[in-house]
Amino acid sequence: MDTQTTMQTLSLAPWLVATPMIGALVLLVAGRRTDRWGHWLGVLASAATFVVGLVMLLDMLGTPADQRVGTHTVGTWIDAGALHVDLGFQVDPLSMTFVMLVTFVGTLIHVYSVAYMDHDVDRRRFFGYLNLFVAAMLLLVLADSYLLLFVGWEGVGLASFLLIGFWDGKRENAVAGKKAFVMNRVGDMGLIVAMMLLLATFGSLSFGTVLPAAGEGATAAGQGVMTAIGLMLLLAACGKSAQLPLQAWLGDAMAGPTPVSALIHAATMVTAGVYLLVRSGPILEAAPDAQLVVTIVGALTLLFGAVVGTAKDDIKKALAASTMSQIGYMMLAAGLGPIGYAFAIFHLLTHGFFKAGLFLGAGSVMHAMGDDVNMRRFGGLARLLPVTAITMGLGWLAILGVPPFSGFWSKDKIIEAAFVGEGWRPWVFGLAALLGAGITAYYMSRLFFMTFAGRRRWRPDEGSGDDGAPVRHPHEAPRLMTWPMIILAAGSVFLGGILALGDRFVTWLEPVTGHAEHHEPVLPVWLLMTLTLVLVVLGAFLAFRQYAVAAVPVEPPPALAVVRAARVDLYQDAVNESLVMRPGQYLTRALVYSDRTAVDGGWLGLAGGIGRLGARLRRMQNGYVRSYAATMLGGLGVVGLVVWVLAS
Amino acid sequence: MNDFVAPPIDWAAVSPVLIVLAAGVLGVLLEAFVPEKARRTTQLTLTLAALAGSLVAVGLLWDRVQENALSVVGGSYLLTPFGLGVQAVIGVCALLGVLVVAERTTTGQDAFAPAAAAVPGTAYEDETRRAGLQQTEIYPLLLFSTGGMLLFPATDDLIVMFVALEVLSLPLYVLCATARRRRLLSQEAAFKYFVLGAFASALFVFGIALVYGFAGTVRLQGVVQVLADPSVSPLGSMPALVVVGLLLVLSGLLFKIGAAPLHAWTPDVYQGAPTPITGFMAACTKAAAMGALVRVLFTLANGLDPATRHDVEVALWAVAILTMLIGTVVGAVQTDVKRLLAYSAIAHAGFLLVGVVGMDEAGSRAVLFYLLAYGLASVGAFAVVTLVRERTVSGDDTGDGATGTVPDDGVVLGEATRLAQWAGLGRKAPWLTAAFSLFLLSMAGIPLTAGFVAKFGVFSAAVEAGAWPLALLGVLASAVSVFFYVRVIVLMVLTPPPGGEQGTAPAGVASSGTTARDQQGGGTATVTGAATRTLVSRTVVTVVGSRGPAAFAIAVCAVGVLLLGILPAGALDLVGQAAQFRP
Repeated sequence: MDTQTTMQTLSLAPWLVATPMIGALVLLVAGRRTDRWGHWLGVLASAATFVVGLVMLLDMLGTPADQRVGTHTVGTWIDAGALHVDLGFQVDPLSMTFVMLVTFVGTLIHVYSVAYMDHDVDRRRFFGYLNLFVAAMLLLVLADSYLLLFVGWEGVGLASFLLIGFWDGKRENAVAGKKAFVMNRVGDMGLIVAMMLLLATFGSLSFGTVLPAAGEGATAAGQGVMTAIGLMLLLAACGKSAQLPLQAWLGDAMAGPTPVSALIHAATMVTAGVYLLVRSGPILEAAPDAQLVVTIVGALTLLFGAVVGTAKDDIKKALAASTMSQIGYMMLAAGLGPIGYAFAIFHLLTHGFFKAGLFLGAGSVMHAMGDDVNMRRFGGLARLLPVTAITMGLGWLAILGVPPFSGFWSKDKIIEAAFVGEGWRPWVFGLAALLGAGITAYYMSRLFFMTFAGRRRWRPDEGSGDDGAPVRHPHEAPRLMTWPMIILAAGSVFLGGILALGDRFVTWLEPVTGHAEHHEPVLPVWLLMTLTLVLVVLGAFLAFRQYAVAAVPVEPPPALAVVRAARVDLYQDAVNESLVMRPGQYLTRALVYSDRTAVDGGWLGLAGGIGRLGARLRRMQNGYVRSYAATMLGGLGVVGLVVWVLAS
Repeated sequence: MNDFVAPPIDWAAVSPVLIVLAAGVLGVLLEAFVPEKARRTTQLTLTLAALAGSLVAVGLLWDRVQENALSVVGGSYLLTPFGLGVQAVIGVCALLGVLVVAERTTTGQDAFAPAAAAVPGTAYEDETRRAGLQQTEIYPLLLFSTGGMLLFPATDDLIVMFVALEVLSLPLYVLCATARRRRLLSQEAAFKYFVLGAFASALFVFGIALVYGFAGTVRLQGVVQVLADPSVSPLGSMPALVVVGLLLVLSGLLFKIGAAPLHAWTPDVYQGAPTPITGFMAACTKAAAMGALVRVLFTLANGLDPATRHDVEVALWAVAILTMLIGTVVGAVQTDVKRLLAYSAIAHAGFLLVGVVGMDEAGSRAVLFYLLAYGLASVGAFAVVTLVRERTVSGDDTGDGATGTVPDDGVVLGEATRLAQWAGLGRKAPWLTAAFSLFLLSMAGIPLTAGFVAKFGVFSAAVEAGAWPLALLGVLASAVSVFFYVRVIVLMVLTPPPGGEQGTAPAGVASSGTTARDQQGGGTATVTGAATRTLVSRTVVTVVGSRGPAAFAIAVCAVGVLLLGILPAGALDLVGQAAQFRP
């Protein structure tokens, strides 16, 4: 059944999904009986998955490069006439990269969570959800067809929904969970439509059939269809990866426990959109218009996220904005075609390490500061939380792109690739990427200095200092929490350099992404590198002056219009509201919508609008038989009229 | 004078219908002869045995029908693989539905009025209630109705189809009126259903008359022959007759599946009818009527010339779009669980119609799977509704919101159908909530549930038939409908239960209508003084235990929904066999 491959361990692939799934089932079904040891079972399931993945990776490394792409088919999943889908696993360098990222970072975060969730009565349930997430994410990246990928896609969405709302009982969490779910569904709609178009065009949904045929598909089915498929895939990716215009949910998703933010909303799930686009590379290449839109969305989001990040005082929301911006970089790279794919995935990998490390650090700071997230009440924590400060510091240098840290190798390459091309594109996209790097340096340094440097804006005990400041007793986190941070920090330092040496990572991905010819950017490489570094140093220096040297006001000071806009996410909710929700409200204002939470900004506004329309229609349901009968007759008359008009 | 020669009858082919109808007749007789104590057990055993027997008969016929459609009495009864497939779906759903009907819960009461003929609120009614009378006639009624449903998609004769329509409808009208609680609502629902049903039947009969006028026969095969060769019939040159007739017959059928603009009865009837009956009705009636619709439509439309066929397609498009729109949009504002499920049923009728516009094999296969997926989710969901009840609580016992232990002094009342009352149900009954969420997710079409495979099937059938705008609208509508399903799940799982630690905050959330004010009064009382508080009585939401049948039905439905979602291959195989449509 398998294509010619000499990989011995291919048949282990199903176990990558099954192992964490079994863990999740045991934890969720067995209930309270497993409360005492359930969390360790969760860790074990995740670690065992990592070991399986490692064995497969070693085997793959021992296989010649041209035989590293294989599928392992378990059986027929759906066979209904035209629709034939196998239950198969795609094992190639791309999926194995994700497997390693998800299981390695995932296991570390499992360990961290053992301590972080120590006092939570529902810790077992939390680990059940985490395992469920790992299983779904691995299914997503290992699926060999769009349909199976979609199952994983929904699975991670479900796990994310459950984990964002994990601390239920707080209304904002429930609303945030729902917002994420609904906005994700808008994206999923794109994936469903894309799948139907693929099925109608290629008669199949498996990667093995669709992707090689994509080139001819463009000539057979027409450019329009391919562009439509590309745009629908992009819509799906935007929903999952929080890209414009579906970005609003990520900030609210920070209501979930911090390890969740680290694993799902920074390192893995939100990057699934990038995975989808890179995996669908041949389709995008057959649709240059869609490809251009991908690049534009990436460039816009990377600037949007960066600008929002400069004004956030909530440490987790600042990191969320940063995630959005960094994924923007990846999307930008994915839209550039084969020269960008490898760098998109490379940045995704390094970002997974340093951003997870930063989030875990933020969790450690919150742990120390009594779950406070307001950075204006932090300050001077470096000496009290040395391990956190050092690990976060390394992550900070990595995201800034300071050589030789990981981020330098991946981000610099994306900036370089953005400058490749002809006409206006390299200048626009390249400059956006360059500018983004500068702003990134500013907001990340701001975050770092506000937290660890400067004067403390809290009190160690009742008696001393400023009366308005809250009393805190910061202490370093337990070892179970610091070790994962240390390991991730080591990854932030070395991983990029190791993989970048001799273009190792790019060569590794070549069986999937294809070989890209080397193109020279419109500006010389040394100049780009220097420019980037100058901007980064400038950004960091500004932040240093403003937040480490000068005193940080504990209340947000009055500021320029731009800053005020950034504080409210550049009016994202207001924009959604006026574009989608208001028109609905004009339908009827008097009727009160039954569920007020539904009107809460964002795309939910659409639902609100529909609610109003529905409320009006509901009036027709007045309970009188005579009017029902009249409706039936009238309705039939209308249908008859439609037939008569359209038929004649 | 010739002796009457009895036509040869293939009894085996008729057996699925016959077993059920015969058991119904037997059930009516049992009512007279079996002593009251044993009546319920006997009736229940008979009903379950008859339905199971009918399913076995369907299974035995399966392979035979694959080779050749079985025609009895010249097509009055015509068993095609598709018809048999629909019978199987009806059988499974009816069996599960009857289990829910049989549930008496830990309160010892079933969902039916002790004397449905008593005027609500009279002394006579109270007397019968105190005497603990039970209506066991509901079981024969259910059997008659099921018999009609089984016959509905398995005939080639429009008159027989009409008889089947009435046989399935009349018992349902009666059953709708028998709710134990909110009896006026129940009777009103039955009356509405009856009057509007009569209206739809009239349309159906008028359609038959026009078709007969055109073809001189009421056999679908005969009509197709006339369409192919118009000279056979005196009015054969007037195909407009058959188009209008077909549309009118379809109207009668669309009424039964609850498609717009013939949907108006659905919310009221679903809400008013006893909940177990609603579940039975939602799953089985929809399957039967959809089976008949596919049968009539595919047979006749495929005989029409392309231009006329196009007219029929236009009508179907219009109805499908309207139905999805109304189902999802109005569903989004419902505040009552039963009405919400009713609008969801309307939306599903729309999705089903999306599957049939192609009028080909892919369509009938998708529809059959959809009916099974929806039927399981629907029976299961309504079964859950029957277990979530209101209970009166006297004094200041707020109950423990975290564990759901409500002091045991209260009387369990009717179902807590207002959505707000479902807040925090996840804490009180995690398994029930999980099952209900699963059913809702399946209806929403989330992967790994039966609903996803089903929706994907109908939409891709439409795309294959070139109706991609309709499929796109369907995807959009199902994306919107996700919103209102998720709203319920969020409410159950994430929203804190009323009457929790905040004490006065959830006023009006936990209690219904008039008692909401009492509750607020209670809230004020906590401030002004504790004396008045003890006098306040209010209702809380509680989950009653099942005595077995309903829990079993819910479990089977849940497992079925999951299995069909994760490993649909087996079911799709069967459905594929059944969809070899041989008119």
